[in-house]
Amino acid sequence: MSAAGAWARGAALSIGFVFLYAPIVILTVMSFNASRLVSVWGGFSTKWYVALLENEQLLHSAKISLAAALVSATIATLLGLFAAIALARFGGFRTRMLFFGALHAPLVLPEVVLGLALLSCFVALGVGRGFVTLVIGHVTLTMCFTTVAILAALRDFDRTLEEAAMDLGATPPEAFVRVALPQIAPAIVTAYLLAFTLSLDDLVIASFATGPGATTLPMRIYSQVRLGVSPQINAVSTLLLALVAVALGLAAAVSWWRAGRNSSVKIATPAPDEAS
Amino acid sequence: MNSPLLSIENVSKKFGAVVALENVSLHVGAGEFFALLGPSGCGKTTLMRCIAGFESPDSGTIALNGVDLSGVPPFRRPVNMMFQSYALFPHFDVFENIAFGLRRKGETKDAIDARVNELLAMIQLSNYGRRRIEELSGGQKQRVALARALAPRPKMLLLDEPLGALDRKLREETQFQLKEIQRLTQTSFVIVTHDQDEALALADRIAVMRAGRVEQVAGPMEIYDRPATRFVAGFVGETNFIEGRLERNLARNPGAALITEFGRIPCDPGDIAEGAQATLSVRPERIGVAREGEGIVGIVENFVFRGETTLLRVRVAENVVLRAAAGHGERHAIGEAVRLSFPSNAGALHAEEPLG
Amino acid sequence: MSGRRRLSLGERLLLAIPYLWIAAFFLAPMLLVAKISVSQSVLARPPYRPIFEFSDGPSAIWDKMQALTLDSYRALFSDTLYVESYLSSLAIAAVSTLIALIVAYPFALAIARAPERLRPLFIGLAVAPFWTSFLIRVYAWIALLKDEGLINNALMALGVISAPLQMYATPGAVIVGIVYSYLPFMLLPIYAALERQDPSLREAAADLGASPAQTFLRLTWPLSREGVVAGSLLMFIPAVGEFVVPDLLGDSETLMIGRILWNDFFSNHDWPTASAAAVALVVLLMVPLLLWERARLKEEEGAR
Repeated sequence: MSAAGAWARGAALSIGFVFLYAPIVILTVMSFNASRLVSVWGGFSTKWYVALLENEQLLHSAKISLAAALVSATIATLLGLFAAIALARFGGFRTRMLFFGALHAPLVLPEVVLGLALLSCFVALGVGRGFVTLVIGHVTLTMCFTTVAILAALRDFDRTLEEAAMDLGATPPEAFVRVALPQIAPAIVTAYLLAFTLSLDDLVIASFATGPGATTLPMRIYSQVRLGVSPQINAVSTLLLALVAVALGLAAAVSWWRAGRNSSVKIATPAPDEAS
Repeated sequence: MNSPLLSIENVSKKFGAVVALENVSLHVGAGEFFALLGPSGCGKTTLMRCIAGFESPDSGTIALNGVDLSGVPPFRRPVNMMFQSYALFPHFDVFENIAFGLRRKGETKDAIDARVNELLAMIQLSNYGRRRIEELSGGQKQRVALARALAPRPKMLLLDEPLGALDRKLREETQFQLKEIQRLTQTSFVIVTHDQDEALALADRIAVMRAGRVEQVAGPMEIYDRPATRFVAGFVGETNFIEGRLERNLARNPGAALITEFGRIPCDPGDIAEGAQATLSVRPERIGVAREGEGIVGIVENFVFRGETTLLRVRVAENVVLRAAAGHGERHAIGEAVRLSFPSNAGALHAEEPLG
Repeated sequence: MSGRRRLSLGERLLLAIPYLWIAAFFLAPMLLVAKISVSQSVLARPPYRPIFEFSDGPSAIWDKMQALTLDSYRALFSDTLYVESYLSSLAIAAVSTLIALIVAYPFALAIARAPERLRPLFIGLAVAPFWTSFLIRVYAWIALLKDEGLINNALMALGVISAPLQMYATPGAVIVGIVYSYLPFMLLPIYAALERQDPSLREAAADLGASPAQTFLRLTWPLSREGVVAGSLLMFIPAVGEFVVPDLLGDSETLMIGRILWNDFFSNHDWPTASAAAVALVVLLMVPLLLWERARLKEEEGAR
């Protein structure tokens, strides 16, 4: 390929990655800035991180967010699995369109609309808002993502494997659990992680669905951020970014290791084949 | 075969408006190697899936050992299937794949170990039990799939295009293995294939299918030598179709002849009426080059050396080219005039069909 | 597979669980919003007049039916605030989508043409920010765009400008924020479409005398159109209702419907009008999705 083409590709890659990562890198650097001002480098300091540890409100909100993410991701993954099975396997049952539409709606629906619908419902029912309503909101928001992720894997899954299992004497539920489920397990893990991240990150639904006792971390960050750049928020953000970076790094390492193991095995055994 | 193992009676199946099976009746005996042969879309795969229990016929019955199978789900049928894609479970190793059916039957650990090892030995993969599926070659996967399907000792094994995914060289080798394994296990094998060579080589009996119907059920030799319909003649092996009008003449032997553009061809009349349009199907290897003074006159257009014989393309009329086999050592040139002849019982006569 | 069949008890149960959840916490609340949108606004909590109650007799229901009102919908069209914010939401989303396409396409192309073993790394790096907090990613731009922010400082230090440019709290900042935070939605489908293309097609085109530019225009671009359409829809639809970006990066003049809804609910307590606006938005965004699913189902049945 031509040198100009290679140069253009290099430029496109550089511009793309700088655009994606520059704001994040700058934010991270700022969190170690001793100065309160963005434009002044006051020297390296971890004082904002120390201040975080004393910020009881923020720590409490972080715990709430983590708990809500754990619980809602678990429920949303289970519901998503059930919904995906129904959509992939049950054919055109009555009201399938309604079910499908309602399941996918939160994907395209502005979060504000879902939030205000939930809020009006809780108010109309006279339900006190708090941790439970927060989890309900997050499950409703994230189960469409889990459904889509698992549904895609189920549609890709080769059903003859399940037929083979049934042919060998496995009942349909047994065939699903022993053969299909292990095959779609990566998609289920992805779905869980997606739901977990979305819940941890969500501001809009939480603002509508939660009550005074259960203010989430994004809500705290948001109320601070509206007032402008805050060094403590830089520090929180950096910690959250680091958490995600470590998780993604681990996931990448695991998949790389597995891919490497497979290919090395293949090289080690150059088909000692057809020894007949 | 006084009581067949599998009896299929008047089975029909439609998918929407598409007729997949139309009034199919077949019988397969115990220990028989049976082939369902036909082009893609002829219904052979649907019939196999009906036997396995993945589809249910709209009408008709399928019975095994006299027990009606309708309503019996696949996992309760004593029939196992080897899938075209093999459908090996990628998250299990070779051993666990073969053991899968045995574990479902709840057999003891020792019994499972013994049976799996026996099968591994049979397919010559004794040391491969702990290999992962993706580490196997295509031929090894094929053998594991076969062993897995045989492990629960089914009364009947269904094989969907068992050699379809293998390359040519491996195929012949595997044909012998398959026959050997069938002989050893004394299990009824029903294979589905679109490959006539495979069916002819493997099966004791063949059912040729076309558009949801069975055209002929017979042994390989009879299918080849006495095809029941023009379709069977054309689908199985190479053939020449000679069109003409039947003229019965009781005075002569064989008692009839086909009147064609290039002369009178003596043939066996069968049950075709005097004066009817008919087609005679003759295999190229049955047509030879005759001595001077007899046979059909034609001009050699082309020839292909095939080792034992040389295949000639001989134009015998303006629109008719016959393929014939010249014996070893005979030499012919393009443009040469030759005379072709074949015994009067070499062909099979078919009445004209409404649709070719 | 896709034909209608009787479901077993277990299958019904399996379907019922997510179905009930979605009915209770999505369909019912949405119906409630629809109901509020035809109620009259009152100064109370909840700030709308209820329509029906379980204790109502038939005559009471009839009376209340009379009180149903389309006032909120009328208000939607007469109040320029709503009309303008719909229009400006659509405009901002459209411009953002276009810019994202211009940014994402060369990026996706460069990744798709990178050596095969580097591609997973590149696409992984490009999507990784998507896993981090949306709020934080938007927030990060404040430090860049502010009057005394890094971009202005850098430009002034280089002598390009003498006074800070007003970038923060403008529609431009909102667009940058949306492009930045939704870029993966655009990038992934385009990358998938480009990566699928058989490289020998380009070689064939070059072999037949097409210049690189012609090859791109006649081959690469048309074959990637499906990815472009998918990416644009995936980005445009959520961008229309975006709340966080305009709230953090825009000024009070940047009208976006998500923000108006938020304010109506939390500050103005005009629930009926906000509900009417929400209903209008839902109808607008749901129609294409349902049509798409219907077409897909038909295709699936046709393929059988």
